Amino acid sequence: MLPRQLTAEQFSRYPPQARSIAQAHIALFGQLPLAFLPLLLRELIGYDWKFPAECKELDNQFTYLSPLTPEQLEKEFAAFAKLRLSPDLEQIDWVNAPAQFSEKLSAHLWATHQIDVFRAASVEYIRRVNAAVSSAVLPMRRLGLVAIGRGVKENGRPLFRKLRPEGVYFKDVNPQGGKEALFEVLQRRAKMQPLAFGHWYIDGGESEITADGVTCLSFHSLDALRRTLVAKMRETMQPGGGGPEVLRTLLAQTKPEELGLSGSGEEAVMNRFRVSVLTEGSGTQLFSTTFVQWSAREALRRAQPLTLLTRYAPRQREQSMRELLAGTQTQPELDAAGALIDADMNAYYTWINQQRLPGAEQAGFLVWFEDHKEAVAIGPGLKRGTEDNSAISLREILSQIKT
Amino acid sequence: MRAVTGASASAATLFGFAPTVGTATPKGKRAVVVTFGGGARDQETFMPEGQENIPFLLNQLVPQATFFTQVINRGILGHYVATASLATGVYETFNNFTAVPPQYPTVFEYFRKDLKRPATDTWVVAPSNGFNRIGESGNRAYGGGLGAGVILPKRLLASALPKSSRDDLYDHLLRDNYETPMYTPQLKGGEAELHAMAELLKLSVSDFASHARSLASPDELSVYIAKQLMRQLAPSLLWVTLHDIDIAHSGTYSLYLEAIQRTDRLCAEIWKTIQSEPEYAGKTNLFILPDFGRDSDEDPGGNGFQHHRTGDALSRTTWMLVMGPGVRQNRVVDRPVQSTDLVPTLGTVLGFSPELAQGKSLNEIG
Repeated sequence: MLPRQLTAEQFSRYPPQARSIAQAHIALFGQLPLAFLPLLLRELIGYDWKFPAECKELDNQFTYLSPLTPEQLEKEFAAFAKLRLSPDLEQIDWVNAPAQFSEKLSAHLWATHQIDVFRAASVEYIRRVNAAVSSAVLPMRRLGLVAIGRGVKENGRPLFRKLRPEGVYFKDVNPQGGKEALFEVLQRRAKMQPLAFGHWYIDGGESEITADGVTCLSFHSLDALRRTLVAKMRETMQPGGGGPEVLRTLLAQTKPEELGLSGSGEEAVMNRFRVSVLTEGSGTQLFSTTFVQWSAREALRRAQPLTLLTRYAPRQREQSMRELLAGTQTQPELDAAGALIDADMNAYYTWINQQRLPGAEQAGFLVWFEDHKEAVAIGPGLKRGTEDNSAISLREILSQIKT
Repeated sequence: MRAVTGASASAATLFGFAPTVGTATPKGKRAVVVTFGGGARDQETFMPEGQENIPFLLNQLVPQATFFTQVINRGILGHYVATASLATGVYETFNNFTAVPPQYPTVFEYFRKDLKRPATDTWVVAPSNGFNRIGESGNRAYGGGLGAGVILPKRLLASALPKSSRDDLYDHLLRDNYETPMYTPQLKGGEAELHAMAELLKLSVSDFASHARSLASPDELSVYIAKQLMRQLAPSLLWVTLHDIDIAHSGTYSLYLEAIQRTDRLCAEIWKTIQSEPEYAGKTNLFILPDFGRDSDEDPGGNGFQHHRTGDALSRTTWMLVMGPGVRQNRVVDRPVQSTDLVPTLGTVLGFSPELAQGKSLNEIG
């Protein structure tokens, strides 16, 4: 089927909000190329469980596209329309299974050496949408807080090498009360600007606080979910159970209810997020450091929080993947030193991802070697690439970032 | 690009003395290809901040090599299909996760057909069951019985072990695939093959299992087998695909770095073996290259070092070291070349004609 053959009835299986949006835009959809429309639908089909920020981003695309004339649309999507697609792709039920279409399209584009053209077209399209839609002023400056290295007694490796050029490297931080200072800032900001999914706390161990207005996610709170999921993965990968592609499709289609999660409203949105972190993130099921980094990346990309606190814990020592997935060790051995190296790099990734969001030039960021004396603070008032050797508390650094 | 990453600059600083040429190529040429796999970025290897991870390459091998700073892979960035592309000199387009042979003739087929070499003269040591078809293409003019023997050391080890011991002492050596950890195509004939291989390598099954116990990773097992092959069969064309680095898919940066450091050490070990084995010393060219890179930190479509999915410049651009007789030492080649140029270059060095390969022989070699 081609986009021009679409009818409103074909969206009857969509959740209510997604269906309503789709049916209101049938005429627009009919003018979009097959290399693009299913990808838009892949986002739209999950609209009812999306965070407010990502709903707004999707709405922005419709706001941008709807007033365009057929000629303008043709010009807008010329690069996508020029891609050579195989007839097999037309046979896929891309209205109801857009994720499957997307996988097949991706494989086709790689195989036919068109992936670079596709990437360039996508980047350019998003750039035009963002340029056309004015972004709202943030109610407060965005802030990222990262605590790494919990459980490490001594470290001989230089830390924050990638982040030091971006801000001030503090070398004599008083660790006393540092953790509490981070929690206080998070809670204070959540109270000042209560916003659904606006303030997050992600922990690689157990969550140490719960607070109104703070979205909490921890590695240990998902233990049961991880076990269920890994059992499903193991079953699929047994001889005769399928292969990696079957596994990928199965994971992509897994619904929270199938894993014993229930809830409505914001809880339903979070359940979808929890499942997506564990099904779409490679390694998140096994390593707490990967779990924290990927969750932070997805939270920033999708929910665009005003405050994000991520706190790393020791991850389990490397075992073979088979052993890890089989769960043969009941009490996994921990590797705090390895987790510190992981988290150091991950903090850099969290900063990069934060800088991709609106308001980046005003945003603040702090990474601290927990219970130790090193930290890097980044923000508009902090001089890039400098060092500060004076004795200072984490609270004082936070006030320099103007949290 | 290399000017930006610093790879060429860093290489230039290493070469303080005048270029020299290795000893003249004698008869009975041999070649060993090592893929520095699976997927290593410049910033953890040849860029200034990554150089601490590759002391053996930098200090021991590069000064003796011609170093290509821009090897571009324009194909599909999946390990099996990319390795098959390296081995055919054509960008193969099959599904990375299917157990199919390459479409185009492999270097092993060109080598054997053109030079009339026996089956024992070319071998592949490959990391996982997913690579078991790499030795021979489906091409009608070649294929059928003209390929290389493929050894999958982990499969041999699994066959050598009593089932009860597989999950504890040896399991770290048996892991198969990091991107989809449980993907292990089932192969037939493990035990019969084990005894045939043990016979061929003159290695008792118990010695093999016992030695494997002292090894830290699948790649160490692969190199151990490669050395056995070199000692017992001395193949003229040996291809070793290393893969530990692909642990990066788990998202753990520390394990990714450890794997790079291990691979660096193993490459030096292979070169040392080449120099110490009479059948190889002075007549063997060593080619070391990653199959491809990994995603850059800056590409929003990826997640940095973890994957190789964006197809950005960093994930497509790597390097190659070539060493041995006839190769100028201490030389840096900054012009861009393609990963498909490897097979034609091997053809020039070993004296066969890879007529269906799309790449071009690198004129800086041979």
